[in-house]
Amino acid sequence: MAAMDTLPPDRDVAAIGLLQDPVRRALYGHVAAAGGEVSRNQAAEAVGIQRGLAAFHLDKLVEAGLLEASFRRLGERRGPGAGRPAKLYRRARGEVAATLPPRTYETAARLLAETVDQAGADLELQAVARRAGREAGRRLPEAGTGAAPAVERVLAARGYEPYHDGATLRLRNCPFANLAGEFPVVVCAMNLALVEGLLEGMGQPPGRAAMEPAPGRCCVAVADPSKDNED
Amino acid sequence: MAAHHLAQVNVATLRFPLDGPELAGFVAQLEPLNALADAYPGFVWRLQTEDGDATSIRPFDDERIMVNMSVWESLEALRAFVYASRHLDVMRHRREWFQRMADPYLALWWVPAGTVPTVAEARDRLDLLARRGPSAGAFTFRAPFPAPAGAAR
Repeated sequence: MAAMDTLPPDRDVAAIGLLQDPVRRALYGHVAAAGGEVSRNQAAEAVGIQRGLAAFHLDKLVEAGLLEASFRRLGERRGPGAGRPAKLYRRARGEVAATLPPRTYETAARLLAETVDQAGADLELQAVARRAGREAGRRLPEAGTGAAPAVERVLAARGYEPYHDGATLRLRNCPFANLAGEFPVVVCAMNLALVEGLLEGMGQPPGRAAMEPAPGRCCVAVADPSKDNED
Repeated sequence: MAAHHLAQVNVATLRFPLDGPELAGFVAQLEPLNALADAYPGFVWRLQTEDGDATSIRPFDDERIMVNMSVWESLEALRAFVYASRHLDVMRHRREWFQRMADPYLALWWVPAGTVPTVAEARDRLDLLARRGPSAGAFTFRAPFPAPAGAAR
């Protein structure tokens, strides 16, 4: 049975398997993109299914550890007649991953980040990240178009989950969250350099990217080029 | 009020003179960053001379080593300021201005609320961390220790 040890944990496999169902996939996608709490009604409406069916699938996603649920009374009314508290869903904080054959890149990343920190090689890492971003940006089919939707699409494809906040594109997800939590200066500066490089490679001014840290999101923000002509 | 507050010291070795062009970017950030800290939730105290900062305090034999000390209501408050405020944007330039130090460059420890640590004590805490690794007497963000239980002596 030793070979079993190298398989991913049952829990992770089950969670990923759940997302094969297109309805569950759509529900998970909607809750994740909302960036906060979503009610059963909102989720059902967004996906275009009945509330009862949405509730069933949402609770399956909670069981699997992909979503977290809480109860809260919506609206102003209190006391009798206020109704039952609503069940609300948000994306779970924990990560789900399964890699076959087993790969533990995070262990390697942690050692490399600690080495950069100890060696004081922040600037070298930033230069490497900027160059890698630039090369990746140049290879994109969108390179040179300079269009705002292109930047947004590219950041989305890299897992940043961009959203609009006035004239700024903010990034809901930090693709390096665990590593950034442990080595914030090294990793967040690397991430900014990577995004600057991507913009440059796509023919955009890299200065559109800036570090604007706040709890609960990626610290990089990108000034939205689509707002240029709206002044 | 909590019985203990968190004290912090960090040291940094200048690569160039503080009044030279290489450090202009750092010097320009001093005042805004100190103002941000003073108003930040959980801030209690920071080391400063009458200039409003601690850049003229050089307590080590190597006079290129600057010291920075502060006290916060909690580890979370200090962590939020250091890593989730504009402070992080300044820190990403640290290697343009400061050498990486071989010994620990940051130490954290708990002090009875209402007291502030001395520079000599901060040196001892850095020394303790270098000799013993993280312990209740001197620890780091990556290996924190909880505040002592009960009232401060």
